[in-house]
Amino acid sequence: MKVLTLNFLTCAVKACKSSSASFPLHPKDCELVSDTIEANPALIYNVLPRVDWAALITTASEVNPLPLSSVSPSPSSHLPFPPPNQIQVPHKRMETDKTNKESREQLGFPTLPAQPPTKEELEADEKMMGELHTLLLETQISEGMLRCGNCGHEYRVKEGIANFLLPNHLV
Amino acid sequence: MSTNPGTQPAESYEEQHVHEVYEQIASHFSSTRYKPWPIVSSFLSSLPPGSIGLDVGCGNGKYLSVNRDIFIVGSDRSCNLVKIAHQNHAAAVVADSLALPHQNGRFDFVISIAVVHHLSTRERRREAVRALLGCLGEGGRALVYVWALEQKGSRRGWDEGGEQDVMVPWVMKSSKRDVGEAGETEKTFQRFYHLYRKGELEEDVVDVGGEVVESGYEKDNWWAICRRPVKE
Repeated sequence: MKVLTLNFLTCAVKACKSSSASFPLHPKDCELVSDTIEANPALIYNVLPRVDWAALITTASEVNPLPLSSVSPSPSSHLPFPPPNQIQVPHKRMETDKTNKESREQLGFPTLPAQPPTKEELEADEKMMGELHTLLLETQISEGMLRCGNCGHEYRVKEGIANFLLPNHLV
Repeated sequence: MSTNPGTQPAESYEEQHVHEVYEQIASHFSSTRYKPWPIVSSFLSSLPPGSIGLDVGCGNGKYLSVNRDIFIVGSDRSCNLVKIAHQNHAAAVVADSLALPHQNGRFDFVISIAVVHHLSTRERRREAVRALLGCLGEGGRALVYVWALEQKGSRRGWDEGGEQDVMVPWVMKSSKRDVGEAGETEKTFQRFYHLYRKGELEEDVVDVGGEVVESGYEKDNWWAICRRPVKE
């Protein structure tokens, strides 16, 4: 499941939708893989105004890839994707403070600016465009859980597919 | 076969006569569903670049790549169909149309093609339409397709005045792989459908507070493009 997709998902429990705590869902114990997707700059800058940027910043800070060395390549289950050890680690942005920069660097994600970049900024900054392409479209959660911050229910992600069917007591 | 879900709770009836069937026929079903319907394609192609939308009941995800300038999150009750969509690199999750994992009012468009007719009571079908409309933001539009009762031209022989709650067979042929066994095996699955009569889909849209922008009939199906009412 793409990081971009996660920006458009929330808890399936009706009562949670009115609570701001239910969005975004919080990735837990997640394994990541990287898909190779053809660059589509127009899609990125057209979609960005519709992305909940604050939620994306939260997600990027929470998606915690396993150390690459501990990820065993499983070509059979990830055939359409390159092996996990090909995950690109994008570079951090320069203007953030050092502590923050280091922690983000460990997570392997770009430090996102506080506001979404405009189309003009993206056209002038190939590196940021590449980082957003990697983060939004290429990075996939392949295994793990997504937890609702309101009710605490955890949705399973298995082989890249999140399952939002509710157990009877939550319907 | 009984088509009256009255004696059984609707949820478990649909589980047995819709969801379990699609789980089993997913691969065969998907191989027959590759051609996008023209009105759905033109609806998707008309959307401005960067539009964000949902495909509720996306099946194998055939509509998720029609327009590469928009982003669609698909969902389906059938894990096996979502797996196929995922293999085709579509963004798709497993979810129930009556408990969608999406924020209200966030989306530019929603499509739900040949899905709502699998719900076994009118109340639940209306609830599904309400949920689709609820996902729409201001100016957003939903395209809903359902099977029509009026199918005079089709081999199935249904028409005006007929029974609307029907079981529809799906015949699955599979080659025998074991050496020494000749021919094919054939298995028939029955799926529940509610066949919509003329005007019924529009009634349901209006009943849940929606507005019908445009509607029509295409190849054995009724369709409607609807929206939330514009605030004065």
